[in-house]
Amino acid sequence: MHPTVTIVDYGRSNLLSVQRALEYCGATVEYASTPEQVAAAGALVLPGVGAFADGMNLLRESGLARAVCTRARQGVPLLGICLGMQFLFDSSSEGGITPGLGLLPGTVEAIPGHTTQGQPLRVPHIGWAPLYPAQQREGFSGSTLEAIPVKSQVYFVHGYRAMPAHQADRLADTLYGGHRICAAVQRGNITGVQFHPEKSGEVGLAILRTFLGSCPA
Amino acid sequence: MSAALRLIARLDVKDRYLVKGIQYEGLRKLGDPHDFALDYYRQGIDELLYLDTVASLYGRNNLSGILERVTRDVFIPITAGGGLRSVEDVGTVLKAGADKAAINTAALLRPQLISEVARAFGSQCMVLSIQAKRRDPLNPAAGWEAYYDNGREHSGRDVLEWAREAQQLGAGEILLTGVDREGVRRGLDQELIQAVCSEVTIPVIAAGGASNSGDLMQAARLGAGAVAMGSLLHYKQATIPQLKKELAENGVEVRPCIQQ
Repeated sequence: MHPTVTIVDYGRSNLLSVQRALEYCGATVEYASTPEQVAAAGALVLPGVGAFADGMNLLRESGLARAVCTRARQGVPLLGICLGMQFLFDSSSEGGITPGLGLLPGTVEAIPGHTTQGQPLRVPHIGWAPLYPAQQREGFSGSTLEAIPVKSQVYFVHGYRAMPAHQADRLADTLYGGHRICAAVQRGNITGVQFHPEKSGEVGLAILRTFLGSCPA
Repeated sequence: MSAALRLIARLDVKDRYLVKGIQYEGLRKLGDPHDFALDYYRQGIDELLYLDTVASLYGRNNLSGILERVTRDVFIPITAGGGLRSVEDVGTVLKAGADKAAINTAALLRPQLISEVARAFGSQCMVLSIQAKRRDPLNPAAGWEAYYDNGREHSGRDVLEWAREAQQLGAGEILLTGVDREGVRRGLDQELIQAVCSEVTIPVIAAGGASNSGDLMQAARLGAGAVAMGSLLHYKQATIPQLKKELAENGVEVRPCIQQ
């Protein structure tokens, strides 16, 4: 079984690391840099490193934004990673209010510079942190995180956090400075992870294998 | 309150070899950096830091081949540094598999580079490397000066002022090496760590001289988000599970070595 996955290439991001991790998990990896290639994809990964406004501009100008939305609405598995997860939402306040893909309702806001106790908090949030089920969720079963135990540690690097409008879309959280930070979202075929599964050791690889299990061969 | 203390293996590379110097002088070849990286990954290291030790002298970074190889079987964050002088240079190491770029010399010579890299790839990618030397070894109040070219050249800049300016310019993290302690395993310069951690709000990686878990513990308590270790690991003075066990036992949060 060799699922084929298409990485959306909009000219930014750590494509090689994502590719290598997916290949290690048994996938055949292709790249899409045109709307036509996205339209032909059986499964999509939207990676992301960098700034929201810059990335969205590149996605829009190339026509990739519209193509990704169309393909996702057709039910193709889509995994957004880090900034790629933030793109899934309506808008971000990073670098002025910038519209996102709008596949999931909600916004992206800066991580507060203080803890819930009012102490200074180092931002960006860089490092390994545990995954907890989102409020009103029992665990990770039936989701892209189902292969990993609750509290597994994964690697985060981000200065902004997604604020899903619907609690039901929220899959996992982590805690930083006492704040609940949205760590993963899922709605049907659309999954987003704020952390980097391709940089989260065996735990990250297990998550990618679960995602690949939903992708066509 | 903050994230777990990150343990980083620091791999100084010259040509194709892992090397280790003492206060940046007298480099010794230790072997193939890939063998070390894979071993540390399997032991449970949290990050890798590759530094091309001679890149600034030659005017180029030669890590791409090593990075492309390590991304095949090591799946943790990787920082690359040494001789990165432009947004293009940073783009090259990122394309080869690095997640972050550590910049020292070029940022001291042209601080605006920090903003350019942050704008192009995000602040989280822009690690300012500071090589700090005490101005007067007998008088701690004299402070620290930022050095470059592997601790050979002094910039005249005060380390604390430089750290603060770099944060304002968009640096997302500071790799802080106490040059006086580098490679001598006499313990990190704790006064330096404390001073820089109180000066900035971005994460600080403490480096230079870590000799045991006690040093790591103290660095964490002073506010460091990570500790980079070279000699301690390369000369097998400690294993990563052992260090993490000792840290956890003493109340420092770390990522467990055994996952699942």
